[in-house]
Amino acid sequence: MELSHQLLQYLLSGLSTGAIYALIGIGFSIIYNATGIINFAQGEFVMLGGMMTLFLLEALHLPLWAAVPLAVCIVTLVGLGFERLAIRPLRNASPISLVIITIGGAILIRGLAMLIWDKDTHAIPPFSGDEPIMLAGATLLPQHLWILGITVVLISLNKWFFNHTISGKAMRACSYNPRAAGLVGVDVRRMVLLSFMISAAMGSLAGIIVAPLTMTAYDVGIMLGLKGFCAAIIGGMSSGLSTVIGGLILGVLESMGAGLISSGYKDAIAFIILLLILFIRPQGLFGKPESERV
Amino acid sequence: MLELKGITQIFGGVTALKDVSFSVNQGEITGVIGPNGAGKTTLFNIATGIYSQTSGQVIFEGRDISGLPAERLARLGMVRTFQNIELFGKMTVLENVMVGLHSRSSSGLFACSFKMPWAVREEQRIRDEAHQWLQFVGIDDLAQLEANNLPFGRGRLLEIARAMACNPRMILMDEPAAGLNSQETLGLAELIRRIRDRGITVVLVEHDMELVMDICDRIVVLNLGQKLTEGTPREIQDNPEVIAAYLGDDD
Amino acid sequence: MKRELIKFMLFALCVLVAPLFFSGSYLMNVLVFVGIHTLLAVALNLLLGYAGQISLGHAAFFGLGAYGSGILTTTFSWNPWLAMVTVAVIVATMAFAIGFPILKLKGHYLAMATLGLGIIIFIVFNEWVDVTGGPSGFPGIPNLELGTLVFDSDLKNYYLVWSFVLGCVLLSVNLANSRIGRAFRAIHDAETAARVMGVNARLLKVQVFALSAMICAIAGSLYAHVMTFIAPPSFGFNISVELLTMVVIGGLGSIYGSFLGALLLTMLPEFLRFMHDYDIVFYGGLLMVMTIFMPGGLVRGIPELFRKLAGLKKGKGDAHA
Repeated sequence: MELSHQLLQYLLSGLSTGAIYALIGIGFSIIYNATGIINFAQGEFVMLGGMMTLFLLEALHLPLWAAVPLAVCIVTLVGLGFERLAIRPLRNASPISLVIITIGGAILIRGLAMLIWDKDTHAIPPFSGDEPIMLAGATLLPQHLWILGITVVLISLNKWFFNHTISGKAMRACSYNPRAAGLVGVDVRRMVLLSFMISAAMGSLAGIIVAPLTMTAYDVGIMLGLKGFCAAIIGGMSSGLSTVIGGLILGVLESMGAGLISSGYKDAIAFIILLLILFIRPQGLFGKPESERV
Repeated sequence: MLELKGITQIFGGVTALKDVSFSVNQGEITGVIGPNGAGKTTLFNIATGIYSQTSGQVIFEGRDISGLPAERLARLGMVRTFQNIELFGKMTVLENVMVGLHSRSSSGLFACSFKMPWAVREEQRIRDEAHQWLQFVGIDDLAQLEANNLPFGRGRLLEIARAMACNPRMILMDEPAAGLNSQETLGLAELIRRIRDRGITVVLVEHDMELVMDICDRIVVLNLGQKLTEGTPREIQDNPEVIAAYLGDDD
Repeated sequence: MKRELIKFMLFALCVLVAPLFFSGSYLMNVLVFVGIHTLLAVALNLLLGYAGQISLGHAAFFGLGAYGSGILTTTFSWNPWLAMVTVAVIVATMAFAIGFPILKLKGHYLAMATLGLGIIIFIVFNEWVDVTGGPSGFPGIPNLELGTLVFDSDLKNYYLVWSFVLGCVLLSVNLANSRIGRAFRAIHDAETAARVMGVNARLLKVQVFALSAMICAIAGSLYAHVMTFIAPPSFGFNISVELLTMVVIGGLGSIYGSFLGALLLTMLPEFLRFMHDYDIVFYGGLLMVMTIFMPGGLVRGIPELFRKLAGLKKGKGDAHA
């Protein structure tokens, strides 16, 4: 294969994994903006999406079109339960307690998944076959198109929700100033709950659409979650376009790095980028430094 | 002793302070007053290195201290207290004051871990001196109490004791009388005078006019981010502009 | 001060006589690991419980100590003691250097950054096969020797590891009760106020990070020489979380609490063998339950629980009377 074809191939697969990172990253940002919490259990929502779909497909023999929405609903309920049981009791706790509680939650969810299902790696069948599509010398799977398509739809929905619905606007108000939002009648606690549900839903869907490409297992949540967080950091914890671009940049860099440098160190790339961004531009690639008002 | 030159501070397009200049004389009590939103606390945070100003200079004893981190200022002899009392809540009252002596002690990580004789001696000195400062503000009987459990007024005294333990040449107090009852305020006024009598320059931002007029040697009035005027309490009380700023301009 | 000394003497006495009861049983071996875990938990507690700075990458420093000692003594035939000291100094220096940018971050961001750092180092353990042996591990590390004494049995290793633990606990308790320890707690409680008091928060945070990393590296060296074989999974993210659990369960800001946490989390899986593999579920649940219901850890929570129970009884009695 020529180098240019190879590069195109890396670019395409990088964009589709990047889209997944973007979805997960937006999940992080939504919760962060509503609560100031980085939810370490975000990756577990992603894992649950894939595993739950698999379970519904194989154990209950549901068709794909029914299994996917049902799985998303179940994971959304998990998000709801997580907020109620773990986050709400600690509303005024220190950041360290919140970090610890979400880590505890993540481990618990992961462990329970292992307990309920197993430790094996599973494949979910692709949504519409695996006939490769040729594109200027590079191959593309139908699943790649699904991923890109669903991502575009989800991000548009997300944007519409935050800009054009009452709940969305109320959530934005909470992220700017929760106390003021509370004073004008926004139910801040409901918004926090909603943010966990939306993040769980987006995360689970990301986990479902990527599963046919990368397989799924009880422990895929750690890496996917962390990379989603990396995307969000590149995007400055925005729940909009910057995080999407952050995800795409990360996906492409990772796939180029894996192809051209070393596949073993592929995972390290994301974390080196993460550290560099945190050290040099903690406000994200596109953000302006804020003047801190204490 | 402290000189502010042309301080301007802009927060995301909002001008909080505009070209404010004044100076504080050594050994005096200077009050900074002004209606809500006049920029008093912002000015304070700039003078003590918590914020860095958009433009202008802060000169302390002839040295430009703009942009120096807060911990350097303490070593230069400038220390502050906070409007909402910032104590080390999970430490005892005594330990709070002992932290105030941190910048005046020097045993390092290893000397402390290995209990070197000089570190042990220094620790004893810190402890003794901390007790003296608690006596100075009159709460030595509460030394072993956890700071979180102090009543508000005592917390204020502890904060002042802790600041004094830094051996400052200048102490800045952000609304020291806020939340105190009239009895406690009287005690505070007496305490601030005793601090001045030790030769320490005092600057306070305060709402309580009675206290300010009572103890201050000079007063600076801010309004809407600008300096309105400055002078002795007498002059300020008689200044029509000040009265207008406080009562609101109706014409 | 005197009370601290008495507490330490009691602790040391328990450590000294424990082998009388367990000598020869497999628990002796478990107790060696309790010791290593205590070192790690105390190290993390200095950073997290005292200075209030979280790290989710501490297992990596443990690993650097283990691999450093393993490689220097096996591949390069260094004297193990010299290797241990060298590695400790190198790891401390590395942590000191990385500490400046990393500890500028706060709370959640710091947690993520240390997690990232830990994972990068973990990936290197796995991928740098020529040096570390990669996923299949690094065998053939010699036991430590002191003159003619070779630390090759559980009993000898017990005394070896626990003398380090006693030293570490004594020094940590001293530090915690000194001006430096006070400054750590002040930073934890109210960083701005601490800085206004002249506490150089940035430097102190980096110092405690380096110290903490150094203790972990020493624990790693001991682990390598005790085990004689090391492999990457012992230094992964799960281990960092396990350490965090020990510190939280024992009690943030309590040195002896860390020992309690290490003891509990190392012993429990031995008694709950049926939970093998699933112990991680247990850690997760324990972390959550403790954070919600006993945020002070066992050392503070248990006395409080007793007080409450006593109060409850008394309250009932009063109602009846």
